[in-house]
Amino acid sequence: MLIKQGMDVHQLEPDKWVDQYADYLYNYAVGRVNDDTIAKDLVQETFLAGLRSAKNYKGTASERTWLIAILKRKVIDYYRKTNSRKGKAEVRMTYQDRTEFEGDWLEEQVADPESLRENTEVENEELGMAIQDCISKLPKKQSLVFTMKTVQGISTEEICKELGINASNLWVMIHRARTALMGCLNENWFNK
Amino acid sequence: MITCEQAAIICDKAQYREASLLESVKLWFHLITCRICSQYSKKNEKLTTLCQQARLHGFSGEEKQQLKQQLKKNI
Repeated sequence: MLIKQGMDVHQLEPDKWVDQYADYLYNYAVGRVNDDTIAKDLVQETFLAGLRSAKNYKGTASERTWLIAILKRKVIDYYRKTNSRKGKAEVRMTYQDRTEFEGDWLEEQVADPESLRENTEVENEELGMAIQDCISKLPKKQSLVFTMKTVQGISTEEICKELGINASNLWVMIHRARTALMGCLNENWFNK
Repeated sequence: MITCEQAAIICDKAQYREASLLESVKLWFHLITCRICSQYSKKNEKLTTLCQQARLHGFSGEEKQQLKQQLKKNI
């Protein structure tokens, strides 16, 4: 009945999770925990937790949104654990020593170049996820070749050997992938 | 002279610094005469910049296989 009313009802397809969402979730996690290995572990835990609670999935949110929600909780859990180990959270504040600025430390915080730097980091993380999202929409072989070449930086020769293709095949796939990505990013990133 | 298709592939190679000197020269001559390819080249460079800026992270193929097997065990 819901479908007739035009509402999307999503279904979980765990056998496609790794190909479709692993890198997307990984980019999100790296932005939060700043450590490759921990980020990978969190993604793995997210998938496993997703499988365990699959019966609670109602299909109102997309699969990806649902997985990100689980990952967010895993990140929080991770910080809880490390904080209880250390005893307390790390809080960094710098106060200027000049009396004329006394009292307006809040304004200082706003103008702090450090916080500006953090803003670009957030933006880069969003950009990373937008790109990853576009990559996941490519045909499987194109996304594989593009990821190996661009993300993992594997040499053309090695990719050809591993996938059993020749160099001109590879460049044609790279070309198609890049063209598709330009179009996709134009929609998802620049005209957001 | 090279065709637009050839120019596009050389331009892609150049994004990974894999275009030879001769190819780069051919591309350069093509780009001054062809507006469409020159636009493609600009967009292509923009994509390269964005990818670098985003510092993309990805699981390796092997890691993905391991992850898949682990999920399969738990399905």
